[in-house]
Amino acid sequence: MERLILFPRAFPPYFCALNCFLINFFMKKNWWKILSVLLLLYTIIGGLLFEVPRVMILNETIRNLYFHVCMWFSMMILFTVSVVNAVKYLNKHDLKYDILSKQYATVGIVFGLLGYATGAIWASFTWADPNQTFVASFGAIAKDPKLIGAAIALLIYFAYLVLRGSIPDMDKKARIGAVYNIFAFAFLFPSIWIIPRLLESLHPGGEGNPALNPKDIDARMRMIFYPAILGWTLLGVWITSLKVRMAILNEKKLLHS
Amino acid sequence: MERSINQIWTLFKKDLLLEIRQQYSFYGVVLYVGATIFVLFLAMDAPESRVWNGLFWVIQLFICINAVAKSFLQESHGRMLYYQSITSPQNFVLSKLLFNSLLMLVMSGLSLLLFILFLGNPVEKVVTFIGLVFLGGWGLSLVFTFLAAIAAKAQQNAAIMAIMGFPLIIPQLIMLMKISNSVFSQAGPAVGTTVMLLIVTNLLIIVLSIILFPFLWKD
Repeated sequence: MERLILFPRAFPPYFCALNCFLINFFMKKNWWKILSVLLLLYTIIGGLLFEVPRVMILNETIRNLYFHVCMWFSMMILFTVSVVNAVKYLNKHDLKYDILSKQYATVGIVFGLLGYATGAIWASFTWADPNQTFVASFGAIAKDPKLIGAAIALLIYFAYLVLRGSIPDMDKKARIGAVYNIFAFAFLFPSIWIIPRLLESLHPGGEGNPALNPKDIDARMRMIFYPAILGWTLLGVWITSLKVRMAILNEKKLLHS
Repeated sequence: MERSINQIWTLFKKDLLLEIRQQYSFYGVVLYVGATIFVLFLAMDAPESRVWNGLFWVIQLFICINAVAKSFLQESHGRMLYYQSITSPQNFVLSKLLFNSLLMLVMSGLSLLLFILFLGNPVEKVVTFIGLVFLGGWGLSLVFTFLAAIAAKAQQNAAIMAIMGFPLIIPQLIMLMKISNSVFSQAGPAVGTTVMLLIVTNLLIIVLSIILFPFLWKD
């Protein structure tokens, strides 16, 4: 590997690019970032071009599965990582875990909002009544239990950010934030996984878990769907890692000034 | 074990005694209950059962915030230090949960009585509904007791409690409204599973409070 870095300038540019790629891949442990980009490229190209089953009403909008559902998967994974870091903070009292916990929650919120945006596009083609005004359709759609559950999840984490913002002391903020994060996560579960199953809903997934049940998804779609989940989640982790590095730099600036 | 039960009981008695001595806070909440329901009565007499149900649970929510909010805010810094020297955080939070549950049960009973007096009685299965009211009041008081502990540590007023509490309480309120819709006719559906779910949620809150409160306890 040493020799790869020491290639002279005389080599053609594509060789340097390859060299750069190899160094990034093997030496800086950045292989997962490259994997994320590749998976997302595959998701976007394959998701828009590959064969999908013809389903009534859904038609071509079925391709939104690779984007909309993956956003919620990523959000849940990021929130779970956030709560794990909160537990670690309470155990070890290391501010690093607090920063991780906060940043994972923030990026989770972004993914939740993107999930809503993609869901709104989907709903406008499948659920909305074209003969009614936008406001009338919106009122009917917004009552859906799945949407309410997701709204509760986002509200919980907005409240988490407000709570953190209201405490000036750094250690106290971290401790109280972690406690609320863990407490709220216990409620997140029923609001997303149990309540929507008790109430009737237009949204698919009333019985069991349609996204993970192989019988419900066509084999051709699974070929893209599972890599897509991984790709989006890795992208979320990547964004978070950048935000964490920025937050740590800011903390250092605060401490040394 | 016996020692901690004794401690919980003593702390509980202390809270009860304080409530009896400083009657203004208790009667303040009673007045709040009475005034709100009276205003509702003036705005609409005898609403239909769905509206009655929705109003009832929303009023329960606000009563709970008002009744429970002060439980930790009234403890001064010096008094908290004193508690820290004589008891464990688990016993302390359990005594608070116990006291607030009792307070909320009284308030729920009172508001149910006033609701039936002022706004009419659309309830057919009375015994089931009373059970649900107490179960719901208990759940609300548990959640808001713990949030009051967080808000007190954050040195904030009741506003932050509402911000933290509303998203958390919506799932419970949805379940309560759903099952209490079934008491308005004799032939309503069975509610066993949801009631079990609510009880499990309440037990979960108690366990979480016991685990998490020690971290709020000391600075």
